[in-house]
Amino acid sequence: MKTKKKKMSLMRKRMVAGYLFILPWLVGFIIFYVRSLFMTAQFSLSTMTMDAQNGGYVLDFVGLENFRYAFFEHGSFKQTLTSSIGNMLIDVPLITFFSLFMAMLLNKKFPGRAAVRAIFFLPVILGSGAIVDAMELSAQMMQGGVSGQVAETTASASSAIAFDIDYLISMFMNLGLPASVLDYITAAVSRINDIISMSGVQIVLFIAALQSIPGSMYEVAKIEGATGYETFWKVTFPMVMPHIITNVVYTIVDSFEESAVLELADTVTFGQFNYGLGSVFSLVSTVVTCVILVVVVGFIQKRTFYYN
Amino acid sequence: MKKFSIKKAFQDPYQTKLLMNDVKKFCLTVLQIAIIVGVSYVILSPVIGMLVNSFSSDRDAFNPMVFVVPEYPTLERYQLAILRMDYWPTIGRNILYVLSLTLIQVFICSMVGYGFARFDFPFKKLLFGCVVVMIVIPSHTIMLPLYTTFRNFDPAGIATAITGAPINLMGTPWPMYVMSFLGCGVRAGLYIYIFNQFFRGLPKEIEEAAFVDGAGMWYTYFRIMLMNASPAVITVTVFSMVWQFNDTFFSNLFLVSPDIVISKKISTLQSVIANQDKILNVTIQELYLHAGIILVLLPIILIYLLLQRYFIEGVERSGIVG
Repeated sequence: MKTKKKKMSLMRKRMVAGYLFILPWLVGFIIFYVRSLFMTAQFSLSTMTMDAQNGGYVLDFVGLENFRYAFFEHGSFKQTLTSSIGNMLIDVPLITFFSLFMAMLLNKKFPGRAAVRAIFFLPVILGSGAIVDAMELSAQMMQGGVSGQVAETTASASSAIAFDIDYLISMFMNLGLPASVLDYITAAVSRINDIISMSGVQIVLFIAALQSIPGSMYEVAKIEGATGYETFWKVTFPMVMPHIITNVVYTIVDSFEESAVLELADTVTFGQFNYGLGSVFSLVSTVVTCVILVVVVGFIQKRTFYYN
Repeated sequence: MKKFSIKKAFQDPYQTKLLMNDVKKFCLTVLQIAIIVGVSYVILSPVIGMLVNSFSSDRDAFNPMVFVVPEYPTLERYQLAILRMDYWPTIGRNILYVLSLTLIQVFICSMVGYGFARFDFPFKKLLFGCVVVMIVIPSHTIMLPLYTTFRNFDPAGIATAITGAPINLMGTPWPMYVMSFLGCGVRAGLYIYIFNQFFRGLPKEIEEAAFVDGAGMWYTYFRIMLMNASPAVITVTVFSMVWQFNDTFFSNLFLVSPDIVISKKISTLQSVIANQDKILNVTIQELYLHAGIILVLLPIILIYLLLQRYFIEGVERSGIVG
């Protein structure tokens, strides 16, 4: 036994230790995710019919029929996919830089910093799960049934002091501005709100990243006579680079999760009970997102400085 | 301190420069305050609206003259919302549930993140790709396998060997614990990613020093690296808590009882109040809902405020430079 242990080189030991460290996740991934990927792939290659008597489902293998239908016959899939990707690519740099900027502002010392940080954390809480559900439901009730779901804006702006955008729009309309320009401006303005509410997580991540930069680096930079601008590009930016990657990944995933393509997949799967087609949609969009992630992350990673 | 006069300031170039610097600094500060206040307002406006609504009485709700400050403030909304949500016991159980899950998540995800950041083993790149796949994969694609796994829970045939049949874990909080233990809890992939990036950013010298001093790999990870990554630990703790607290997807999928997760109660609060208290006016119902939402938000914000102090403390403790 002892001789066997001695034979194990340090490299090998570290290899085994590495596997031990990731073991819990590996087991979970194989049980839950590999299986689900396999099942999704299976669904995408077949049509599924519910078996009402036995409470299960029956799969009929149809080959690539679902893929053919999705790409060549389905009315809106390709458009939705491309527009979702387009939105994603527009959002990512905007959100990343906005949140880095805000994080740097919030990282400075000023009175009431704790309160302001708490405020900036609110979008993380407000924008997820239960509260959004409750608000949407109440908006539906307000409008009378599901048909009123179009008025999504009421959910977030139903406050007593909400700003009346319609009034402004009609005012500009009366001024004679072309409708397309107005549309663009209103879209941009409403995106600002979106961008703020979408960058809550990123701001918190960046604050943590900024906190982890050792203060001595700034001292050195100061002693060497670097200006604030130089300090940002030569110290802050390289040091937060790894976290920019995290943020870019999160932003891409987040905007993918809320994209129209997934909504489409969801309605096709659970609204029309077409599991085959729904699986194709989610599979294709997942693969596309993964490719985008790999390309973008690879691009940034090349320019990233790691400590070792 | 020299006496300052405008006249002198414009005659002497050095003084002019100082003055210009002061002016520049002042303008920058004003700009920063303006940005922070503006963005804060955009974030806060719906919350302010909810707060106002939750305090206003029936008369205020229909009075168009009431703006921000209700004329006849009332606590009635909160009283009924607390009663119908069974607030105090539920929130107590919920916080316990969320805290225990968060602890597991932070522990497991940091471990996995460390494994990916510092060890070399075959298929590492491929496996880390799997982590990314896990983050990206849409949640509805994993619904069915998860349901079947926990509906007939039978790890390696142990349950069948003991009781003769697989266990049905639906309706209990156990599926969530099992998933968190296996590093697949709510957004676990993201946490692994965050930890991985943080560990990679830490200097290797700390670890080498620990190793030379005779610390094992486990000890190095737990006592040295985890302590140095405390900003990441706090960040992940905060996120994990908030998302676990707000999660409706998994709690609906696993049919977790609404007595443990308040997020399920908040989404039904409005209809409960409509049916049980016969309050049929939708505008009035909304006031109760807003009070409920404020009640649900409060504990998370409090926890965040408590933790955010450690954001700073954690870094001062980890003042090791490579």
